[in-house]
Amino acid sequence: MAWRDSRSNRKKLFLYLAAIIVGVAAQVAISSFRENLNDSINEQSKELLGADLEVEKNSPFHDELEIYLDSLGGERSDALSFTSMAFFPKSGTTRLSQITALEGDFPYYGALKTDPQSASDTFQKTAGALVDEPILLQFGLQPGDSVKIGLVTYEIAGALQEIPGQPVAASFFGPRIFIPRENIEATGLLQRGSQLEYISYIKYPEGTDPILVESTLDAMNDSVRFGYDDVAERKEEVGEAILYLSNFLNLIGFIALLLGGIGVASSIFVYIRQKISTVAVLRCVGASSNQAMSIYLIQAVFMGFIGASIGAIIGSLIQLYLPVLVQDFVPVDIELALSWSSIFIGIITGVSISLIFALFPLLAVRKISPLFTLRSVDINLSKLLNWITRFTLFGLIGVSVVGYAWLMLNDILAALFFTLGLVFCLLLLSGIAFLIMKGAQKFNPKAFGYEFRQGLANLYRPNNQTSTLLLTFGLGVTLISSLYLTQDMLLGTINFDDGQDLPNLALYDIQYDQNEGVNKIILDNDMELLQNVPIVTMRLQSINDTTVAEFMADSSRKPRSWALNREYRSTYRDSLVSTETVESGVFVGTVTDPDDLVPISVSTDLMNDLNAQVGDTIVWDVQGIPISSFIAGTRTVDWQTPQPNFFVVFPTGVLEPAPQFFATTLNTPSREASLELQQKIVQAYPNVSAIDIGQVLETVRDFIDKITFVIQFIGLFSIITGLIVLAGSAATSRYQRIREAVLLRTLGAKQKQVIKIQVIEYVFLGIMAALTGLTLSVGASALLGYFYFDIDFVPNFTILGIETLILIGLVLTIGLLNTRGIHTRPPLEILRDQAA
Amino acid sequence: MNHILKIESLTRQFKSGDKTLTVVNNITFEIEEGISCAIVGPSGSGKTTLLGLSAGLDQPTSGDVTLNGINLKPLNEDQRAEVRNRHVGFVFQTFQLVPTLTAVENVMVPLELRGEATNQVRERAIGLLEEVGLGERSHHYPTQLSGGEQQRVAVARAFINDPKILFADEPTGNLDSETGEHIENLIFDLNRKQGTTLVLVTHDLDLADKCDRVIKLKNGEVDSDIFKSSEEAVA
Ligand SMILES: Nc1ncnc2c1ncn2[C@@H]1O[C@H](COP(=O)(O)OP(=O)(O)O)[C@@H](O)[C@H]1O
Ligand SMILES: [Mg+2]
Repeated sequence: MAWRDSRSNRKKLFLYLAAIIVGVAAQVAISSFRENLNDSINEQSKELLGADLEVEKNSPFHDELEIYLDSLGGERSDALSFTSMAFFPKSGTTRLSQITALEGDFPYYGALKTDPQSASDTFQKTAGALVDEPILLQFGLQPGDSVKIGLVTYEIAGALQEIPGQPVAASFFGPRIFIPRENIEATGLLQRGSQLEYISYIKYPEGTDPILVESTLDAMNDSVRFGYDDVAERKEEVGEAILYLSNFLNLIGFIALLLGGIGVASSIFVYIRQKISTVAVLRCVGASSNQAMSIYLIQAVFMGFIGASIGAIIGSLIQLYLPVLVQDFVPVDIELALSWSSIFIGIITGVSISLIFALFPLLAVRKISPLFTLRSVDINLSKLLNWITRFTLFGLIGVSVVGYAWLMLNDILAALFFTLGLVFCLLLLSGIAFLIMKGAQKFNPKAFGYEFRQGLANLYRPNNQTSTLLLTFGLGVTLISSLYLTQDMLLGTINFDDGQDLPNLALYDIQYDQNEGVNKIILDNDMELLQNVPIVTMRLQSINDTTVAEFMADSSRKPRSWALNREYRSTYRDSLVSTETVESGVFVGTVTDPDDLVPISVSTDLMNDLNAQVGDTIVWDVQGIPISSFIAGTRTVDWQTPQPNFFVVFPTGVLEPAPQFFATTLNTPSREASLELQQKIVQAYPNVSAIDIGQVLETVRDFIDKITFVIQFIGLFSIITGLIVLAGSAATSRYQRIREAVLLRTLGAKQKQVIKIQVIEYVFLGIMAALTGLTLSVGASALLGYFYFDIDFVPNFTILGIETLILIGLVLTIGLLNTRGIHTRPPLEILRDQAA
Repeated sequence: MNHILKIESLTRQFKSGDKTLTVVNNITFEIEEGISCAIVGPSGSGKTTLLGLSAGLDQPTSGDVTLNGINLKPLNEDQRAEVRNRHVGFVFQTFQLVPTLTAVENVMVPLELRGEATNQVRERAIGLLEEVGLGERSHHYPTQLSGGEQQRVAVARAFINDPKILFADEPTGNLDSETGEHIENLIFDLNRKQGTTLVLVTHDLDLADKCDRVIKLKNGEVDSDIFKSSEEAVA
């Protein structure tokens, strides 16, 4: 009976199916992907580290640690890691690179993937180098060519393709180069104060208890600072990061499914409305209200099941594509397999969502009285539900959403917040939609033509779905647009014009005795120094007589641990620079008696993180020598400028004798000039690092683009659902539109006029959807900018404008596709139309 | 006497598959300006089809229709729409109001389509609504009106463009007899007042009796054609 009844309307039900298909597809794709990723991480957990234990310290290991590591037995591989300029003689190019000088058989799990593969075994014996493949491709280099690091030239043994546990994205911020550790001193880079990291990789012998090792190292770590990581810990870190990402994607996918739910409810509403007479007839011939309802309930569940199953299949196919999107960011090879649990959960959610949302219109069916056979009236189905039923249904939906989010996030509080946020978003959207609709209804200017007013009025035709549309479409638009705006906001902060006054090349690690020489090279090449600042590294010893160790021991401490423990790179000068302004206190430029407390200037953000006040005293450990200072004033710093900025600025007259190096910025007139200069400087002073700011910005831009693309890909599902709902509502109003078009033709409208009215109607709908969604997304991005990125958000009107145009185009296309053919209907049909 | 509508050897056939169905078969007649003419006949006899052809809503298989001196044959859809808009009024069995417009806006539609939306037009529309007894309801939407009221709005709309000829296809078919009678009276009244020619399709013989002339169709052909005023009959 249920099936027979659906016969006449299957085409329309297809749209209902489509909403569920898309929603479930998004769900299944993401959760399958997540499961595969988790499995891969579990399987490849040892490869994440390449060893059982990794220990690192920024100085050679002290004896106690050395002795303990030896006592573990097993195998050990040592490495030194630092950043340095690499010079490629063949192409004449230089690039700041991440150098690993390796000795031993690391990695013990997984392998260094190189081309040719033999290079990973031989490079240590042949004094060769393994160089990140992208940089070789970029510079047109092959194995056999050479790379010069410091004073030593290495033959490139092979292209480095994969390092266990490191995502491809790790090379974004400097290519990775492996060289042998043996003879590393010959590079001349070790003495020059580079930031060295000593790393040991250890493979446990059979029978080692990793927990015991961990606790021993923990105890040792209390007295001396060093870092270590074992497999369990690394797995947890990686797993956590990936969990966050996939949770986030999952929730976006879930929103698509919920939008699908709204689509289901609205298409069933329309379907039922056409079925009212059938229902009434059924009631007349004696069917009980529950029988009438169960007929449609069975249909809804059945269709939900079919839709969800198709969605699960499509989702399983889409997940094949997802690894392509994210492989660069994950440190394991993603192995693909069908995830039956995800498919099962996807189908269950799909069916439940169709069931729950179908209940809205279906409970209304129960209220259809047999009387409707006698009186054909335009009833408002949703008004048939009393508030208790509605309240219960909304409650049911709310509980399901919370439940699902809880399942996904494993955190009830986060699930509640997600649900509240969603409800808030929907309320806001409906609010805006309501205001816009009211406004448009009031705004019906006589000055515009008839077609304009008729098109506008059409949005309020009986049984219109304008607000459902604004809601579903608007939410999709909000999602995608917020992403775009946020991306634009982030990119905007690194978007500098190539103005003459902004640096595009920064030189770091210039030693005291090299500064003159570097400056001379720059000036000799007819370029101007924008900044040439001394940098002194130091650590915090105490604040107001409380030592850092005492702070760290106090669990209720206010200062942040990073601020207490970091190595500060401070400068000294007699005046502020253009990116700084005094916020409180004073800036003291010079002191004459170095034995007094030194008046320093601290940036406002560091003041917060140190929980410090103007006047506080700070003792610095400047490479072994304590220097006592007090905070004379605070500065705000515009960090978003491509030049050296400092947390702490000292006056002149104190730090001059301290060991220091220099940073220099300049503006090179062209890319070629920049490359040439870098080459000359690296040749003369191999330890100097050059950062090509233009290139770094490009990399960051690439990086942000890649990440947002992943998120947008998922967000796209909600737009698609929105479009399906749009198509559904357009299809259901098709009959009405044909009638109107034919009527107008009969009354003497030209074809052009009829089309114009419809175009105007859809353009209005597009504008409304754009306005609702975009308004909300501007708000969301502004909040994100304010609370999260600390950026003043200025909406990009070009983006908003383009989005509006695209939206209007989409709505218009779907609308006109739907009305295609109705203009060729002969007006005669008006006479044949017997339905009241 | 002037002929407002001239039908010459009009034939309309429908093809379904390889069968040809002749719904209007070689009909010829003329209607004089200002009279009222009923077209009667059993259901399926081709009344609606004939009306549609006469109003240029459909193209004949052969034959000619001349409306107010304009031969419809060479005209395209838009040109015929223009003719309807200038000279023709319609009342349908199923009211056919635009649901998103108020009563007064619905009445104005034919003139609005010409781009004439002046205050005079609005006043005239309200005047017509008053004439059909709906002066108070001019700002209501169709859904807020009863069937009879909707049809009265449709009648007012039919007269807004001072049509030369009014086509009505069973205008009372969907109404109870009392309301139907009211609508009939309205149509006849306005018809007389404005000197409009009335072509009325009905199978209500009482209603047909009120007309000056009654054309009876049978199987797509004219069965009888009776002029009441002149008592002249054509077989
Ligand atoms: N588009 C069409 N295709 C095929 N047959 C049609 C079409 N339109 C009308 N007919 C047929 O023409 C005949 C006359 O219809 P109609 O003019 O509506 O009669 P009446 O209005 O007198 O009841 C009917 O038998 C109907 O089935
Ligand atoms: Mg008929």
